[in-house]
Amino acid sequence: MSVYIVRRLLASIPVILMVGIITFSILHISPGDPAVLMAGEEATPEDVEKMRQALGFDKPFYVQFGVWVGNLLRGDLGTSIFSKHSIASLMAPRLQPTLSLGLIAIVLSVLMGIPMGVLAASYAGSLTDRGVMIFAVLGFSVPVFWLGFIFIWLFAVEARIFPAVGFVPISEGILPYLRSLTLPAFANAIPFSALVARMTRSTMVEVLQEDYIRTARAKGLAELLVVGRHALRNASIPIVTVIGLVFAALVSGAVVTETVFAIPGLGRLLVDAVVRRDYPIVQAMLMVTAVAYVFVNLIIDIVYAYLDPRIRY
Amino acid sequence: MIQGPVYALRRNPNMMLGAVILALVMVIAVFSPLLTRTDPSKLSPFERLESPRASHWFGTDHLGRDVFDRTLVGSRISLLVGFSVGIITSVAGLAIGLVAGYYRRVDDVIMRFMDGLMAFPSLLLALALISLLGASVVNVILVICVVDTPRMVRVVRGAVLTLREQQFVEAANAIGTPAWRVLLRHIAPNTFAPVMVQATFIFALAIIVEANLSFLGAGVPPSIPSWGNIMGEGRTYLQIAVWVTFFPGLFLSFSVLSINLVGDGLRDTLDPRFSRRA
Repeated sequence: MSVYIVRRLLASIPVILMVGIITFSILHISPGDPAVLMAGEEATPEDVEKMRQALGFDKPFYVQFGVWVGNLLRGDLGTSIFSKHSIASLMAPRLQPTLSLGLIAIVLSVLMGIPMGVLAASYAGSLTDRGVMIFAVLGFSVPVFWLGFIFIWLFAVEARIFPAVGFVPISEGILPYLRSLTLPAFANAIPFSALVARMTRSTMVEVLQEDYIRTARAKGLAELLVVGRHALRNASIPIVTVIGLVFAALVSGAVVTETVFAIPGLGRLLVDAVVRRDYPIVQAMLMVTAVAYVFVNLIIDIVYAYLDPRIRY
Repeated sequence: MIQGPVYALRRNPNMMLGAVILALVMVIAVFSPLLTRTDPSKLSPFERLESPRASHWFGTDHLGRDVFDRTLVGSRISLLVGFSVGIITSVAGLAIGLVAGYYRRVDDVIMRFMDGLMAFPSLLLALALISLLGASVVNVILVICVVDTPRMVRVVRGAVLTLREQQFVEAANAIGTPAWRVLLRHIAPNTFAPVMVQATFIFALAIIVEANLSFLGAGVPPSIPSWGNIMGEGRTYLQIAVWVTFFPGLFLSFSVLSINLVGDGLRDTLDPRFSRRA
């Protein structure tokens, strides 16, 4: 197991390197001089020159890349052009809202998706199955921000059950915290619960036809145990894969949901940076999320090996 | 028996439903200038944020513009972006995927680059690229193509890897067919089914990404109505005028739904591996 983990860790190094090269190059292959772009529209040529030197753009490409990677490895994500604060210090207070939103949304999509998929597969062809499948296609066709709007309108404007916008940190009480996250988390979770339900259904339909399921039923095992213990465990790998995909999609979702619900998270930081053309923040965000994605996939691969002892690369 | 598309449609009611809705949306997009009753960008300061009524079926927005007309015209951008991205990613994905799948030496480099691109959450990468290129319809299409092409490359490469081991490819190689000819005449046509299916899903995805970008103000400029930017502008007035965001979103959802239904149907008909599952 540990050999496998180390090998997977090593295999993710080239991807992370590639992510770094892409992130770094994006700024440099873009049309126009990045120093001019960053200095802003009213900058004088002297300002631009100062900006160029401050950012090291006067040095050769590989030197700049080396300096940038070196800083990243020491945990220095750079400095915001707009606020002049270090990017790490800008990100830190925004981690809690974004991570809370993401985790709750993942939990919700799994809690909604897996039972729906199992139910649909157990009664394949029934009305329940059709209903779940309709939800699965519909849920994935609706844009997250629109769902968010509809939720705000229904549950905050018409029925005043949840706050329309804003985030309450967990330090101010667990209940207000959860209340402030309910609507955005559901808006984020619905498309992915649709995806999880779909994948669960299709693999469960296959697994339920296997011989060992017939054996389990033949020996008189309760249906709940047949489905829950024998079938679901064997169907778990594709389901875990989807949950990995959901992670990446949730980051994208967070950008939008945080805007809709005015949550001061990492997504807002990025959108504001894009609007202000604060490129170091954009760069840092790209790097951090991509590396996080690579690590989530690493963890998923390790979970595979745990779920299915046959998997050895 | 050769099963034509009509036969497939008749056997698959969901796909039929999708095809009908999609056709309807396309008709709306093409004929929208004839269907609108007002100039969609005409400002009417005295009719601001009016709720839906006979004179304005979907109400008016904060500048008094008719939401129904803007929604109809907005369909053009969504379909334009969807079709362009679907076609461009298919062509680019085919070209890159064929090379990666057939030539072992470049495979690793190409695929590591694609893995790198796919490690970025798609909306984040799109936003970052837009912030550099500037917001315009062409740039939106370009950026979504960059984000989605790796998905097509993966599909093509996967298909090529199985095809290259097939006997007919071996036979073509044995009689001395040049490699480019094997690729174009023997392998490429056989990737049609998976490419078609993937292109449909990318089409649907592109519409959602465009809406997301435009909603965030980093997509289609406000001078051209698109479902995304209509909703983005309506956001501020959500609590008093839900119709500005509700109707464009409804149209968008139904369009994406119809494309996904067609995609599911195509996959079930074209790819026997999946029809067994679904």
